[in-house]
Parts: sequence; structure tokens; C-alpha cells
Amino acid sequence: MIPSDPSERLSLLRRIQEGDLVIVYERHDHMKAVKVIGGSVLQNRFGVFKHSDWIGKPFGSKVFSHKKGFVYLLAPTPELWTLVLSHRTQILYIADISFIVMYLEIVPGCVVLESGTGSGSLTTSLARAVAPIGHVYTFDFHEQRAASASCVPDRSIAGITICSLDYLEWEDFEKTGVNKLITVGVRDIQGEGFPDEHLGQADAVFLDLPQPWLAIPSAGKMLKPDGIMCSFSPCIEQVQRSCETLALKFTDIRTFEILLRTYEVKEVRAELGKGDEGFSFRSPPHKKRQHSTEKGDAVEASGAATVMAKPCSEGRGHTGYLTFARLKCV
Amino acid sequence: MGESNQTSRLTWEGCSVLLDINDGERLVFARLSPAATLKIGKKNFSLQPIVGCPFGSSFRVDNGKDGPYLSRVVPSEEEGGNNVQEEENVTGEELRDNRALVDNNTAQSLTGEDIDEMRRQGATGEQIVEALIANSTTFENKTSFSQEKYRLRKQKKYAPKVLVRRPFVRSICDAYFRKYPARIGCLRSDSLALLLSMANVTAHSDVLVVDMVGGIVTGAVAERLGGTGYVCNMHLGVTPHSLEIVRIFNFNNDTCKRIVRCCLNDLCPGQNGSHVQNENMASDSGNQLDVTEEDVSLEENKTSVDTSNKTGKRDPTTCKAIKAGEVASEELIDSWKEKGFSSLIIAAPEQDVWGILQKLLPHLSYSASFAIYHQYLQVLPSRTHPHMQMSAFGGYILSGTKICTSESGAQ
Repeated sequence: MIPSDPSERLSLLRRIQEGDLVIVYERHDHMKAVKVIGGSVLQNRFGVFKHSDWIGKPFGSKVFSHKKGFVYLLAPTPELWTLVLSHRTQILYIADISFIVMYLEIVPGCVVLESGTGSGSLTTSLARAVAPIGHVYTFDFHEQRAASASCVPDRSIAGITICSLDYLEWEDFEKTGVNKLITVGVRDIQGEGFPDEHLGQADAVFLDLPQPWLAIPSAGKMLKPDGIMCSFSPCIEQVQRSCETLALKFTDIRTFEILLRTYEVKEVRAELGKGDEGFSFRSPPHKKRQHSTEKGDAVEASGAATVMAKPCSEGRGHTGYLTFARLKCV
Repeated sequence: MGESNQTSRLTWEGCSVLLDINDGERLVFARLSPAATLKIGKKNFSLQPIVGCPFGSSFRVDNGKDGPYLSRVVPSEEEGGNNVQEEENVTGEELRDNRALVDNNTAQSLTGEDIDEMRRQGATGEQIVEALIANSTTFENKTSFSQEKYRLRKQKKYAPKVLVRRPFVRSICDAYFRKYPARIGCLRSDSLALLLSMANVTAHSDVLVVDMVGGIVTGAVAERLGGTGYVCNMHLGVTPHSLEIVRIFNFNNDTCKRIVRCCLNDLCPGQNGSHVQNENMASDSGNQLDVTEEDVSLEENKTSVDTSNKTGKRDPTTCKAIKAGEVASEELIDSWKEKGFSSLIIAAPEQDVWGILQKLLPHLSYSASFAIYHQYLQVLPSRTHPHMQMSAFGGYILSGTKICTSESGAQ
């Protein structure tokens, strides 16, 4: 997902290989992460897709099922990952994630601490930003999860038990090299604080905890001078209490709420020319159209398209408040 | 990758800094060259005391034997003495725009001459503020709330504070958005952050950028690449787009050589139809407009961005040997023709982005992400929807993933 050297970046020459992770795109709100394995098949409402048909095709290809239904095979990105990962917890979404990465001033080479890991939605984006030589240490206190099969045993770096979000995801991280950028630890950050080995080492700290004020003093100790932390809280009472704690050691305290308005874009009257030009802002393909676009290219090309956009009727409203603060310079 | 100037936590001779004067009252980009000065009030202050200090440190005006100079506020002193004030400053930040108080100095018995005399005798800014308070007949009757406001206002005038910030994309974008939004196409930092995410910018990416917003997008991408990959700044006409803002970042040689320019015709030869011609004209006139803006730029910008041009003495550690934005080599362009770019970002708020997108999409790798910033919602085919109020509005971002419909290439 994150290239660790120039040869791994997306390219027109790149082809899907055995073992690749692909995002199977049915429509903008329906995607699935699949690992390509020679003898396997993917079955969905569009039919049966053979993985072997996918190998050797470029990422981004449209592939067909036995009954001429189709899906697109996309290369995974942190944005797509956010959309396909299984939500064990309330996850952070793209607008918040983007802003967090920029406002924490995360650049390649940075060391970032995160707690909790949750479903790992933010973690992947943090890893993308610190790549190729930085590192994300992410901590979650989930005894249940740690005890379950999701825990990868015998992986220990510097005394931290490494626990994946779930086994498959960890495997995927390993395959794509993301695991070189992320270390997952099981730890109660509110109770114990971050491990001492990170003292004064962190460029940025991110907290998504129910009582962030308990972890803020530890975050302050981990940060380099002038380092930045961010706390995500859904409730304003949490923000108030966090700010009181922050004011002791931090400066430049600012709270944001990010609202992203998404639009529904629809073609009405006639189809846009040239058939499947393939922009994701076309109205999402549904079953009926899948076939019509296959056969009706010539007809559609002559029709004038009218494109309409309106704000999605059910938008994501409040997610949480993002409180940023800088460690005072000593 | 080499050492990155960007990750340095201390300033150095020749480094670029953002100076925040009186909690955002003024924002000045400056280069810490030996001759660089900052004008506060009527006086010019040398920026030399800032060299070697950690980013995030504060300075105030002190009186030395050679006159007033910028002196670093030692944090322990600040914490020991002014704890209460510190806390109240946090509150003060929210009140900055409240100008209900009338600045009517009939209650003040100290005259301008008195203050000048105090200065001559070496009084610090804080002492002058205290004297003003002591000589104000109304101060005692004010609520503690408005007392603090009074103190803050006097402090800004008589004991200005200068905070040294790292010029990262966050602070640069925020500063431009506040002071010169038009120069960055009103691109707000949260929108810029979204562009970078949606376009999947990461190390080792080759990012194609159409940046008609002063270089802020080019700089932001280069910051994310950290000296790997390439950011290719594409200009549509003969004149390259301004990369003025890129110089504000403290990019080292590794990063600077990864910022290259390329003309649309170099990438897609033989495509200069009438459509492109029109774009050429538009982009040229756009550049001219920039130049005019330069000429009328405010006082504080002159001391700042322009210091790099004025002093001619460039920072030896940043972009002396390699200048950001050299013309892309033929080999590089050929490799892009073969492999395609891994991301595309278009921030050309005054352009027909649909026309640009059509030309550039074939050069994007399959499954690569693109993101387009525009102030007007523009959807296929070139339909513009009613304008929204620009206040409290971050613009529109259109993003997507390029797909491949046949082996022969994208349509």
C-alpha cells in the first residue's frame, strides 16, 4: 500500500500479481479488500470472479464475472482502506484524518505515537506520512482482542507485545511493507502512559481516548520541544477538561471541528459520451446500467449529458472535536 | 535521503522562519540572513538573536547598551512570574476580535513624551505597561476581564512578543489564508490536507501538479515526499507558474532536486489546439496579475519573503546548489510517459479544469488517485453550479481513481 522504494510505486507497467491486495470496487459505497490467490474465486451479486483472470491485468482494470457482471480492481490506498476495514470501533474518516496529519506537521522521518489504535483507520494514513524512514507506534488496550486470535504471538520489539488489528490485516501490512512503519502495542495509555523508551522522541502524539486528560501529561513527556499533540473527543466536556490539563505544559491550544459535505453527482436524461470513461463521480453503476453501458456506447455518445450535483441527504455530521496543542519550548 | 533541514528543531543561519507577532496580529515570513531585520513599530530589529534558537521560542524587545534588541524570553522566567497571565492569554486569544472597548485615552495621565522619556531611561516594555496601568484613572473600575484586555492591548504596543514558527505547510498555508488568501486561491489548510490525502501522496510517488496557487501545493507535496519521488509542476502555457511559496519551506537539496517543472507540451506534444492556446493566455495573464500584487505587497511582506531576493545571500544549506523547480530532464519525462504518474493534483481555480484533466489523465498510472481543487463546483461536462458564499467555505474538491478500461490504455 505504501511503496518502500521507487520500484513499488504505481505505474502504467504494474500488473496485478499473486498475493497482491486489491480493493474490489462495486460502487462508491460498496468495496471489499481481497487478496489475490490463484485458485480462488470472488462471489458477489454480479457473479463469480476467478482470481486467475485478474493476474497480469493492470490495477484499475474492469474485470468480468461468468455472467458479464463487472467490478474494478483498485490498488489499495489508506483512503480506500478506511472504507473497507471492518469497524471494530468508531473510526476516523478522511476529512479528520487529512487534517490531523497536516496539523500535526507529520513529514517523512517523523516518530508518531497514537492511542488507541481502534480499527487502524488513522494508523495507515500516519504511516503513509512518515514513510519511508519514520515510524508510528500505536497502542490499544483491548484485553479481549489481545486474548483472541487477533493477537499475533511472539512478535516482540523492545518489550512490547505486538498485536495486530486482526490477523489478516497484519499479514497484509506485512506483505505491503506497512508493518515496517507501524508497531502495534497493547498498553493502557490512560493508566500507564506511553512507554519510557519514547521519552522526548516523538514529533507528534495523537490521542483518541475517553479520558484524554489522563494521558496528556505522558504525551507531553514523549514529545520533543515544540512538538504537537492532538486529542480527538466527541464531547465538548472532554475538550474542556483536556484543555485545562493542556494549559499546564502546552501552548497554541486550538480546537477544530471538521465538516465535510459530500455531493451526490448524477447524470440525468442521457448518458455521458464515450461510455465508461471511469470517473468515480459518475453516478454509481447499478445492475441495470452495467449491461446497458456494455452494449449501448454508440447511442450514449450522441446523447447530451446533464450532470447534477446535490449535497448528500444523509451526511456525516459531527464526528468529534480535534484539539491541537504545542509543547511549550523549554 | 540525507539529513532533512525540515526536521531540525533549531533555527540556523539562513533558515526560513515564520514570525508570529503578538499572537497572530502580524505574520511575517523571514530568512535569517545576517542583514535580515524585522520592523516593529518604527524600529528595525536584527533577526540575528533568533539564529540557533529552538522553533517555538518567544522573543521580546529589551533595551541593551546599543539600543533595543530582540531578546529571547527564557521559559522558566516566564513560567515562574507570569503563570496567571499565561492562562489568561489562552482566553485572550478568543477575544482578539472583540473591539468593543473604545481606545479613549482621556483617562490616561501619562503622555507620549513621558513614555519616550521612560524608554530613554531604559524601561522595559513591561514596565511601561505597568506605568500605563498605574496612571490610568479608569483601570481600577474595569472588570478583571476588561482589565486583562487593557493590559493585553498595551502589551502589544509597548511590549511586543515575537514567536518563531517552523515554516511547515500548516503554518504557511494558514498565514497566507489569513493575510493573502487570493495568492493561494483561497485554499484553506483543511482543503489542502484533503487534496494530499485524496491524491494518495506518499514517499516515492511521482506527483503531477498543476499549481496555480503560488506554489503552496507543490511545496506541500514536496514536504510529504521528503526527498523521494518527484513533484512535477506542470505549466500549461510558456510561462511557468510561480513557485514563490516553495522558497519559504526549508527544503534541503535532496528535496529541491525533486521539485521539477515541465510544460504541458513536453509531456503531450502536438496537443496545442486552440483550447490550449486559450489556457496559455489565461495563465499568462494570471502571472502578470501576480506580479502586480508583488508590487503593492504590504510592508510586512517585503521584510519577509523578499529578503531572499534582496540580500542575494542564500542559505548555504538549503537551495544554493540546487534550485527547486528546475526543468525536468528528458529522461525523467520519458520515464513518466512510460510509467505514468502515481498521483495528480490540480489547483487552478481560474482555469477550465476539465480541459486540463482530459489532457493529463492519460499520463496517470492505472488506479492512481487524483484530486482537484476548485472554488466552484464543476462537474462533467464543465457545468458550473451556483456560487456559494466564500466566507466559511473551503472550496470544492473532486477526487477519484483512474481506471483502466482496456489493455491499450485509458480513454
